[in-house]
Amino acid sequence: MTLINDGVFDNKELEKLPGVPSKKRLQKGPVVVIECAQKIPCNPCEEACHKKAIKIGDSIIDLPVLNSELCNGCGLCIASCPGQAIFVVDMTYSDTEAAVQLPFEFLPRPEQNEIVDGLNRSGQIVCDAKVLKVLNPKSFDRTAVITIAVPKKFGMEVRNIKLKNGRKNG
Amino acid sequence: MREIDLAIVGAGPAGLSAAIEAAKAGVEVVVFDENQKAGGQLFKQIHKFFGSKAHQAGVRGIDIANNLLEEVEKSGAEVLLDAVVWGTFKTDTLCVTQNGKNVMFRAKKILLATGATENVLAFPGWTLAGVMGAGAIQTMINVHRVLPGKRVLMIGSGNVGLIVSYQLLQAGAEVKAIVEALPTIGGYAVHASKITRCGVPILTSTTIKQAIGKEKVEKAVLIKLDKNLKQIEGTEQQLNVDVICLAIGLSPLSELAWMAGCEFADVQELGGFLPIHNDDMETTVSGIYVAGDIAGIEEASTAIEEGRLAGIAIAESLGFLNADEAKEKKRSILDRSEQLRAGPFGLSRRQAKEQLIRRSLK
Repeated sequence: MTLINDGVFDNKELEKLPGVPSKKRLQKGPVVVIECAQKIPCNPCEEACHKKAIKIGDSIIDLPVLNSELCNGCGLCIASCPGQAIFVVDMTYSDTEAAVQLPFEFLPRPEQNEIVDGLNRSGQIVCDAKVLKVLNPKSFDRTAVITIAVPKKFGMEVRNIKLKNGRKNG
Repeated sequence: MREIDLAIVGAGPAGLSAAIEAAKAGVEVVVFDENQKAGGQLFKQIHKFFGSKAHQAGVRGIDIANNLLEEVEKSGAEVLLDAVVWGTFKTDTLCVTQNGKNVMFRAKKILLATGATENVLAFPGWTLAGVMGAGAIQTMINVHRVLPGKRVLMIGSGNVGLIVSYQLLQAGAEVKAIVEALPTIGGYAVHASKITRCGVPILTSTTIKQAIGKEKVEKAVLIKLDKNLKQIEGTEQQLNVDVICLAIGLSPLSELAWMAGCEFADVQELGGFLPIHNDDMETTVSGIYVAGDIAGIEEASTAIEEGRLAGIAIAESLGFLNADEAKEKKRSILDRSEQLRAGPFGLSRRQAKEQLIRRSLK
């Protein structure tokens, strides 16, 4: 299945996107992964980036193009994206783990050091995730940015979290 | 009978934006809305909007509504709430029931910004309690903070179906599935992905066959569709749900334009039967204008631009703006509207609008 059939990217679709960094770049440290595949009129991510690493240009339907050499993975663009399609992945977080920053708009929010379920793009639980950081400043306008640590092989798979122990999202 | 320059029917994004532009130019404006609060559907839109900075991208609909209300207040336009406009007579007179009393207004110009009405789908069991429109559900969860049920089936994968599904999850409901009759998802993929990563399946080429329940919905029966949208017997599956939400599109709410004698066109890309308008948003009846969903179903951001355009065109025709001032203002609005209608999702709407405007010139 593909994105327009069931809402889930296959890996080939994802790798082709101009907002997704190369495997080589991912191995070098934190970098943004922009999972934006359709020409819709939208450009807040371009302005959110202080490093000018994201370019859309005058035609606001064009896809965001990432210059991954300029991106330091700060994550300021994550909450700016109305489509919640931006993540930051750090494959170098530890020997065994990757760190993933993702947008989160549910209550209650997880707490630092809490162990939560890591969900893939289809919403299936694929691993445990440890919450490293919860950011929710006023400038993010109620889109919290959660940083989690997951086993390295799930760094490009985990895109959502679910609280455990009956702590319900929603 | 009270006499005014401009009467605007509907205090949603289009009506309020028109009121702001016209009142700022010096026009005496009265806006009528049947609800207790102005803002239209914007107060239900708790998600961040798309577009660019000029379209308030990244701002939540509810905050855009608050900004508009503040601007209206400053502009000097008058907003009458709990005011149902039930008739247009002689093309310049509005009959209004406000707080239970009938009053008449004569206006030099009338702008109809009445919005849209939801489409419905009939299937066995559709009259059971628990089958409801996406608009009603948004009102319940986002305005009144009441959950209509616990387990929801969403019918339709356009942006409304996708957004309301996500909002139902935020409100604490379980969305069992989203079904879509066509083979591909109708709305933006980013909205779809937000939901699939929460574990909600989007089932394309699938529709509802039947709702089952004694007094209220207890189960939904889904069925697969072939390429010709024909049901494939034997592919039925049951879901335990207590709410079935219909999000299968909107139609322009156009009775007042019809009553005023405006010429109509059937434009499927814009939601069906709607009054023809020119590039100033004026209908075929001189002095009667339209803006927002009544002039074609689009996004709230587009309704805001169309409302502004109508407000400026009306101010110009009443002599409050000279031709050069108006031209410049209209130009920048048209640029912004064009940006919103660009790309594969906007293309058919843009072409349909252009055709509609060409038709008005004949």
